[in-house]
Amino acid sequence: MEALLDPQRASERDATKPMIEIQNLTKDFGPLRAVDGITFSVRRGEVLGFLGPNGAGKSTTMKMLTGFLAPTSGKASIAGHDVENEAMAAKQKLGYLPEGAPAYGDMTPAAFLDFIAGIRGLGGDKKRARIEEVVRLVHLEGVLYQSIDTLSKGFKRRVGIAQAILHDPDVLVLDEPTDGLDPNQKHEVRSLIRTMAPNKAIVLSTHILEEVEAVCTRAIIIARGKLLFDGTPQELLARGPLDEVFRQITTAGRPTAS
Amino acid sequence: MRNVWFLTKREIAGYFSTPVAYVFLFFYLVFMGVMPFALGGFYEREMADLQPFFAFHPWLYLFLIPAVSMRLWAEERKSGTIELLMTLPVTMPQMVLGKFLAAWLFAGLALVLTFPMWITVNYLGEPDNGVILASYIGSFLLAGGYLAVGSLFSATTKNQVIAFVLTFVTGLLLVLAGTPLVLDWFTTNVPAAITDAVRSFSFLTQMNTITQGVIDVRAFTYFGSLIVACLIGCGIVLDMKKAS
Repeated sequence: MEALLDPQRASERDATKPMIEIQNLTKDFGPLRAVDGITFSVRRGEVLGFLGPNGAGKSTTMKMLTGFLAPTSGKASIAGHDVENEAMAAKQKLGYLPEGAPAYGDMTPAAFLDFIAGIRGLGGDKKRARIEEVVRLVHLEGVLYQSIDTLSKGFKRRVGIAQAILHDPDVLVLDEPTDGLDPNQKHEVRSLIRTMAPNKAIVLSTHILEEVEAVCTRAIIIARGKLLFDGTPQELLARGPLDEVFRQITTAGRPTAS
Repeated sequence: MRNVWFLTKREIAGYFSTPVAYVFLFFYLVFMGVMPFALGGFYEREMADLQPFFAFHPWLYLFLIPAVSMRLWAEERKSGTIELLMTLPVTMPQMVLGKFLAAWLFAGLALVLTFPMWITVNYLGEPDNGVILASYIGSFLLAGGYLAVGSLFSATTKNQVIAFVLTFVTGLLLVLAGTPLVLDWFTTNVPAAITDAVRSFSFLTQMNTITQGVIDVRAFTYFGSLIVACLIGCGIVLDMKKAS
């Protein structure tokens, strides 16, 4: 699957309504404003890289987008369904890898994926075929009948990715999908994301700047809960070496026009 | 209902994929089997019934049931799987009910495994099997009541030990409310109507009525409303504390 689609063209092809819409999303934890009025939208075919220092509000934003956390103010919607008022419809369109790739440790990947497939409404031959396909995509064949607790960090992460893509969702939200993977595994996960990209709206968070260059069609940088940059990886690169540009944006503390 | 079943099935599979289920069942059956003979005067009474067996249930459940219920939500919160669960297309009532039913079915299985007691007493004499059936149903309801309280406390914390202790203490209060220890104080200090209300709130009073063979709509109403109230509370607590 190395015949890479031009992401730029893919996003232009589908100019319909955004699959992800976030409007003025804000979250307060007591006196702390963790996310401060963030607005953006993602269309089908786009892979949005979510960048920011630790504690910038990346995970909190993702938790609100996926309906796990209720925002203090603002709105989020998935495939046109408000995540609070039409939670079920939104969740059906969503695949989500939460931070740290949590999974039921006493289950085997086979049993875990079977459970998720059931909840996702898959059954019979369709379920078996889909689980088989996903297992092949993320290379879980060797550990299918081992309890998840005994798996390495890389395998756990891939189990998390497998459950997120199991129902072939329109919207994919991945919180640090390549964390804990070795370089080869990172490469594989990135190609997988690129393969899926044309038919989905994907948001992924990362601290790895090269990852943005490698898989994303768009990058957003947030720090201290505020959106500081929204543009293409090329625009970021044009300003100089990525890590310097990143440092400059996230430490300046004021919005940068893009 | 399909989702509830998926959640229940997963939870029960979880019990049996670790030693938890086997350790629990072993000690459950040891206690259930030993108590009527050691302390209940099962032989000495020279009566073919299971009264001495069922009389211990409210006390044994006090520490056996919290051992089942403590992990229900505390573990989900600690391991972070709650975030996974709550972003799947499942509603809060489905989640709360699915997990509760898993624990209740498991407690029911443990109870069914005490059948040798029933065989023994039928071998020794001619007991009133109607009373025994009513008592089994009563004990199952009682387990449900404890488990609902346990679900609620399991949702309040990430720490299973805290969940255990809170459930144990609440269970103890619910049991003790029917003992002379508590009732005597009420009789001397407050109107009789309140004493009666306190007594009827007790697990012990409910269980005593049932083990005499009287299982009526009141027992179902009492345990039914206790379970519903606790599970609604559980859902509210989860919604408030899921992310912390």
